Amino acid sequence: MTEKTIFELSRPGRKGIRFPAPDVPLTDLPKDFLRENLPLPEVSENEVVRHFTNISQLNHSVDNGFYPLGSCTMKYNPKINEETARLPGFAQIHPLQPVETVQGALGLMHETQQWLAEISGFHAVSLQPAAGAHGELTGVLIIRAYHDSRGDTKRIKMLVPDSAHGTNPASSAMSGMEIVQLPSDERGNIDLEALKTELDNTLAGIMITNPNTLGLFDENIVEACQLVHEHGGLVYGDGANMNALLGVYRPAETGIDVMHFNLHKTFSTPHGGGGPGSGPVGVSKELAEFLPSPLVVMTSEGDEQNPAFYDLLVPEKTIGRVKSFHGHFGVVVRAFTYMIRLGKNGLLGVSTHAVLNANYIQARVKDVYHIPYERLCMHEFVTEAVWEDAPGVRALDISKRLIDFGFHPPTNYFPLIVNEALMIEPTETETVETLDSFVDALLQIADEAKNNPDILHNAPTKAPFGRFDEVKAAKDLILRTQLPEEYGN
Amino acid sequence: MKTPAELKYTKNDEWVRVEGDIAVIGITDYAQDQLSDIVFVEIVALEGDSLDKGETCAVIESVKAAADVYLPVGGEIIAINESLMDSPELVNEDPFGNAWLIKIKMSDLSQLESLMDADTYQKLERDH
Amino acid sequence: MYTPHTQADRDAMLKVIGVNELEDLFQCLPDKGKFPSLELPDGISEMEALDELQFISSVNETPQELVSFLGAGAYNHYIPAAVDSILRRSEFYTAYTPYQPEIAQGTLQAIFEYQSLIAALTGMDVANASHYDGATAVAEAVNMAYHNFRGKRRRIVLSNAVNPQYRETIQTYMKGMDLEFVGEDLDPEAGPDDLIELIDENTALVLVQYPDFFGRIFDLTKLSEAAHAQKALFSVHINPIALGLIKPPSEFDADIVTGEGQPLGIPMSFGGPYLGLFATKKQYVRKMAGRLAGETVDTHGNRGYVLTLNTREQHIRREHATSNICTNQGLIALAATVYLSLLGKSGLQELAKLNYHKAHYTADKISTVPGFIVNPVQPFFNEFVVHCPAPAEEINQHLLSNEILGGYDLAQVYPSQKYELLVAVTEMNTRAEIDYMVEILEEEYHD
Repeated sequence: MTEKTIFELSRPGRKGIRFPAPDVPLTDLPKDFLRENLPLPEVSENEVVRHFTNISQLNHSVDNGFYPLGSCTMKYNPKINEETARLPGFAQIHPLQPVETVQGALGLMHETQQWLAEISGFHAVSLQPAAGAHGELTGVLIIRAYHDSRGDTKRIKMLVPDSAHGTNPASSAMSGMEIVQLPSDERGNIDLEALKTELDNTLAGIMITNPNTLGLFDENIVEACQLVHEHGGLVYGDGANMNALLGVYRPAETGIDVMHFNLHKTFSTPHGGGGPGSGPVGVSKELAEFLPSPLVVMTSEGDEQNPAFYDLLVPEKTIGRVKSFHGHFGVVVRAFTYMIRLGKNGLLGVSTHAVLNANYIQARVKDVYHIPYERLCMHEFVTEAVWEDAPGVRALDISKRLIDFGFHPPTNYFPLIVNEALMIEPTETETVETLDSFVDALLQIADEAKNNPDILHNAPTKAPFGRFDEVKAAKDLILRTQLPEEYGN
Repeated sequence: MKTPAELKYTKNDEWVRVEGDIAVIGITDYAQDQLSDIVFVEIVALEGDSLDKGETCAVIESVKAAADVYLPVGGEIIAINESLMDSPELVNEDPFGNAWLIKIKMSDLSQLESLMDADTYQKLERDH
Repeated sequence: MYTPHTQADRDAMLKVIGVNELEDLFQCLPDKGKFPSLELPDGISEMEALDELQFISSVNETPQELVSFLGAGAYNHYIPAAVDSILRRSEFYTAYTPYQPEIAQGTLQAIFEYQSLIAALTGMDVANASHYDGATAVAEAVNMAYHNFRGKRRRIVLSNAVNPQYRETIQTYMKGMDLEFVGEDLDPEAGPDDLIELIDENTALVLVQYPDFFGRIFDLTKLSEAAHAQKALFSVHINPIALGLIKPPSEFDADIVTGEGQPLGIPMSFGGPYLGLFATKKQYVRKMAGRLAGETVDTHGNRGYVLTLNTREQHIRREHATSNICTNQGLIALAATVYLSLLGKSGLQELAKLNYHKAHYTADKISTVPGFIVNPVQPFFNEFVVHCPAPAEEINQHLLSNEILGGYDLAQVYPSQKYELLVAVTEMNTRAEIDYMVEILEEEYHD
């Protein structure tokens, strides 16, 4: 079932949107710079709407069905968030307007910063980073700036566990750090003995994810943070797994100095097919002066008669800007709506039920799917999808077969330290019936793996498409529609 | 897994064929198998460049991974295998023959001593 | 709330897991600090939340209340209704990154079409699936040039007429790389040809904006030739609406083109989320960071799309990746795709001309007010600099008291330009609004 591209639907002379005729006198166009050829499609509005409506229906999404992608937190995206983000007073304001004309927006940002700080235990929060990886880069730059400000320019060694998400070492490398990988121990925690061998005066810090990418609360985290601090290093926390900790535990308590949040995971803002996200960064008191510029601050508290006043400030030792303007305000409005809806009890309910759902699935499958770490999990867990009596069946095949049952597969092949990993994160917004039908599918697939493996190798057969030839894509490298020469004249 | 006896090997899965003071370098059968279908080979040095032992001389890309190839010995690049640009799959098909990556005029023949022989390399593989 | 569990559900599930209470699931956490008492309000209903957000929103003043001539990197353009109606399809917005192509062809085809549209618009061979915004796209261009020369060339020739926020972002991004930046201390009035003498054999990249931050359009031929004579890369940052009228940078042999895509059907939204456009020549495709969708076939021979060349990316290369970027702007790129499809060739041409004419009309009218000088030596698109008889800050205050957002006070980023105001005009400014603004200026500054 092949859909035409928008270019293939194009016919010369078709028009979509029209604009009013100029209500001003015309000026001569700049002769030397006029563009001769503009090869854009020509389609009517109806065709555009139909085209995108039709291709949208080729997607599986959270609103269609279960999406247990580990470490992505595919929870329900509340529709009220979509309404509030679109209010004209939010959507139509320009970022460079005088601050007195946008006090509502600045106030909302400030309050969001306060909520995130209270939830996590950090002293100050910046909403500027655009995504998780962007927040990580920001955090590592802050660590580097901290050491540089103290003359400690030799400190460029960053420790990263082997279970870490690839953005961790990549962000460190972008900041000019040297990465040293740390192994995990047999219970899935940071290996303290390995850590101890790296504690010298070139240590900038350590990047940890807690709960870690195995879905486990790191039992060594408090000690690891202490050791790093004792030797002059700082601790970066990857907050991707905050969905297990809301109202349960504050990351700053463990000794983390700087952490990024993922509003598009924990705080229900939509994933949008790959973005936009938002990766605010929380820091300890000592690091607040290094936050990106500008930062929203309250300059006067206000009282009965007068509202509080908010402004944009350049932190004293700021690392500078990490992007244009103030951050993903549109995403922040959605997260703020979510937070005030839930309140403190609702937030606790998110994490307790996320952890409940994950443990439930783990308990029901553990006799058939090997769980490498014998522990209660947090909001997600990892299984090693290999069976001796089903040789040739791999995590990929199980994933593709799950599609035939109407489920989006779990995360595959991550973290790297588990062989044929399947990482399952149900989130708190799923019913026990959904979890049961997912478990039933997994158990049936395990059976098929042993008795009828071809069904897995040929899967999916019930999706709009079958497996794709990725080698051909990489070799042919067709990255745009091929257009005939005269197109656009 | 093929491991021709006359070649020398590194723990990063490169092989070396010694021809006088010229070293011919490529990646092993084990390496191409691990990478699976290779879609692109980028040789990052040019003929005439002088590189040290351990420097990256190529990046080999499959759909699963992109692996750096490190020079087992240092010296001056005298030839690069341009046919790999159009036919990267040669690395999968003939890793020890037509898919040689570069030829280098060795600057320090003693560097050959730290390379492994075929037996040692073969035993190494099982621990991967 | 959004958790559906009943007490019966919980009890049954806890039994299967083998613990008594929900709290037992958190046994392995340290007792100290577990279940902290958060100083946060209780939850509220959807009705109450909407009420509160509506109030906060009403405190802000929008172009409905204030006539706006603010640009400087974000622009008030008309967004056709069909754009948002597509964005609100939950198959698009509640889906994740398309790692399972069999059930993600909606997202993947949209990305492929986006790539095709941006490549066509910029005249380049290939575009990626987007960066966060114009600033980070420009920073990634610098990063790409740095890695292209494997760190052996460390000079970046950077025009002072590139958006100051972008230049700040580049500095933050490249701090750890020990680069030499030249060109920023030139007079802001300088043109791109003044950068030529700064290009040497140690130059990795020459970077300009077109039209530049002040709205000016320059011929980039000589500069491009000078860059290429030294084998440096030439990168141009564009305004996508302007490219409906003026030559794309491919005609100046640009190696990299970046852009801020916000004008393409994306609300100003107080600064974000926006859209980083990034395109390059075929030979550099593997050096380009960011996601890419490529065409292929499935097992039944159907044409479809997959994410490709991802072995360059962070999740595979980790610390050897040239960039840490993980996401693209997904839904925002979709907005631009729908927008460009709706406007098409004739719509974008029409829109660009409308912006051009309105801006020139405004410039002419402002020039009739004594003391206000608009003296463009270069052609300009929809933004221009006004030299004012009083500090721009004062002009803006006066305009604001008459419910007009005048323009961007350039002294905020170019301290020597105290009397300079950057005025932007789009299709959203009616003649009546423009005339009103000029009237207000005349009343106050008639002599």
